[in-house]
Amino acid sequence: MKRHILSGAMLLGATLAFAAPAAAQGSGSATIDTIKSRGMLVCGVSTGVAGFSLADSKGVVQGIDADTCRAVAAAVLGDVSKIRFVPLNTTNRFTALQAGEIDLLVRSTTWTLGREANLGLLFAGINFYDGTGFMVKSASGVKSVKELDGATVCVQPGTSTELAIADYFRLNKLKFTPVLIQDQNEIQNTYLAGRCDSYSTDASGLAAFRFQQGPKAEEQVLLPEIISKEPLGMMVRKGDDKFFDVVRWTLFAMLQAEESGVTSKNVDEMLKSTNPDIRRLLGAEGDLGKAMGVDNKFAVSIIKGVGNYAEMWDRTVAPLGIPRGINNLWNKGGLHYPPPIR
Amino acid sequence: MSGAVIDPRQAPIRAAPKKALSLSWSDPRFRNIVWQVVVLGTVALIVWYLVQNTTRNLAARRIATGFAFLGRTAGIPIGEALIDYDPSISTYGRALLIGLLNTLKVAVVGVVLATILGTLLGIARLSKNWLIARLSAIYVEVIRDLPVLLQLLFWYTALQGLPTPKNSFHPLPGVFLSNRGIKIPVVEWETPFWWALAAFVVGVIGTVAWSRSATRQQEATGVRPKVWPVALGFLVGFPVLIWGALGAPFAVEMPVLRGFNFTGGATVSPEYSALTLGLVIYTSSYIAEIVRSGILAVPTGQWEAAGALGMRSGTVLRKIVLPQALRVIIPPMTSQYLNLTKNSSLAVAIGYQDIVSIASTTLNQTGQAIEGIAAIMLVYLIISLSISLLMNWYNARIALVER
Ligand SMILES: N[C@@H](CCC(=O)N[C@@H](CS)C(=O)NCC(=O)O)C(=O)O
Repeated sequence: MKRHILSGAMLLGATLAFAAPAAAQGSGSATIDTIKSRGMLVCGVSTGVAGFSLADSKGVVQGIDADTCRAVAAAVLGDVSKIRFVPLNTTNRFTALQAGEIDLLVRSTTWTLGREANLGLLFAGINFYDGTGFMVKSASGVKSVKELDGATVCVQPGTSTELAIADYFRLNKLKFTPVLIQDQNEIQNTYLAGRCDSYSTDASGLAAFRFQQGPKAEEQVLLPEIISKEPLGMMVRKGDDKFFDVVRWTLFAMLQAEESGVTSKNVDEMLKSTNPDIRRLLGAEGDLGKAMGVDNKFAVSIIKGVGNYAEMWDRTVAPLGIPRGINNLWNKGGLHYPPPIR
Repeated sequence: MSGAVIDPRQAPIRAAPKKALSLSWSDPRFRNIVWQVVVLGTVALIVWYLVQNTTRNLAARRIATGFAFLGRTAGIPIGEALIDYDPSISTYGRALLIGLLNTLKVAVVGVVLATILGTLLGIARLSKNWLIARLSAIYVEVIRDLPVLLQLLFWYTALQGLPTPKNSFHPLPGVFLSNRGIKIPVVEWETPFWWALAAFVVGVIGTVAWSRSATRQQEATGVRPKVWPVALGFLVGFPVLIWGALGAPFAVEMPVLRGFNFTGGATVSPEYSALTLGLVIYTSSYIAEIVRSGILAVPTGQWEAAGALGMRSGTVLRKIVLPQALRVIIPPMTSQYLNLTKNSSLAVAIGYQDIVSIASTTLNQTGQAIEGIAAIMLVYLIISLSISLLMNWYNARIALVER
């Protein structure tokens, strides 16, 4: 809870004590050098959102955000298991990355100009296209956000969600009372206890929340309106372009693999493919991986470790009942459009 | 006391003869000045270096710096505020001010209530009534041993167990208790109320003046004129008269259930109630012990002597024992007040928007962590210093004046 203060203090310490990160000799990327010498990628994820990053019964963190982290570990270290997850809430996530506690942040975090301009951080891509939604109890009979005038809304502070709903209610001349609690469990329990009429966050988070209610899921309904754009993605520190490239192209490699029909099952066969797109993706031809500063077959490690984007999706978010929708590939009516790997 | 005898305690401390400051190392005053300049200079240099370095590094990491964000539109929603706030036009500066006021709202009310409750408990623990003394002891021992965060979460959960607005408890007209908080009616404020308030202030001054003159009369004649009828007239009669002369406006705004919640009236939110309740209960257990030890520190001879004069035990407590106990009580009490204020930062856990909560949201939305934390530190420093100063002043006032 006091963690943001701690991270803030660490950031203060880090900026007080050290000079600006010097150009390293090794890979030309301070972050990659750190990851390699540590033998492990440290990735910031949420404190627990089903489908995104939630520890299973064996303590293994599962979800699309966790797998995106693993894919980066595979690209840099060639091994999806060389990873440590750091759970972060909405208010300490950025300072943790700024202070260097984590190498990478994949925590259902929305890409906004403000964050990129002020935080000294950068979005390397979008692994999930989302939007702000509202959950209400079925018993309330509420059918639309427009009926929420005068309602009390539970929301986590420090999010783009709280800004989006303040804007939306003002624009629609509606009033609401916010209840803001940092801890996700606490805000959800508070909503369930009836302190709030509605619980608002990314629609994916609401689907995960509803899913976690188990047999009581029927008591909760997601209102039809999605009131904002919330492109969720991976964040890195500014000033390390090489690592930025690796993170960005890790996701693109997974999307391209889906587009080209390469899966974790057929990847070895595909290495023998004659299709130049596939050969370049898998490093059987050319030296694009090496040029980027990682193993030339980095995509093979990724696909073997976590699969292509569709495989990752089916394993993580699909069970929540979230339709692929705008998260489909561009040629299937979605927004994911990996640039050419050539 | 004749002029010939000099009480050494009353004479000003005899000062050494004044000597001009000589610029020589053997002059202790000169040495002191040099050392102080050296120390201050070094500290200033270190601070300057750290500030420079931090700014340079933040710039290198392209993290926004400076306090310009204070003037920017906040956009963050705030649940309860003592002053007007609208996320679409109000600034971060105003949001932080609301946070400060919210912290003060908890601290001031908390300190007053914890003092009252703690004092009663402390006295109760010394009661001759076995049951009362036991109950108070159990309260103190149990409450002190439970982590305060746990207690806050407990109270917050308990308050959420109240019924929904539609089924709310309705103990008095216009008062509703529900899981949305306590709703109370408010009197619509009009100009005559300001005048009545001014009359009340005048009344307070008049009452104080009257009670002083009563004390003088008592010292001169041994008979104390009655104070309370005059006080009543000054404090109640006069303001009411003014208010009546100005047309006696009186309109009450009642809370009414409309849609999801009540509209109109005033709200005491569950977050505020839980935080204040939790802190008061927790701190009062410490205050009870302080009060108890303060009373025990007064020698039994004082009780017996007062008893021999024929005073009743309540009177002895109020007039003889408590005033002496206060000297022992005040210093540890000060640190309890500081604790309560600092513990109020646990508000984030239960969604009350105190200064820490709003500053951390602000630093998260603006990315200005260092400025945000500086704001929090500054606020706590100012509040803590104010409490300390006030208590030190009070302590000095009631300190033993030897005659
Ligand atoms: N996308 C928004 C909201 C992010 C957010 O708070 N997500 C929630 C629900 S999807 C979450 O991850 N909560 C888990 C936690 O607090 O650990 C943002 O970037 O500000």
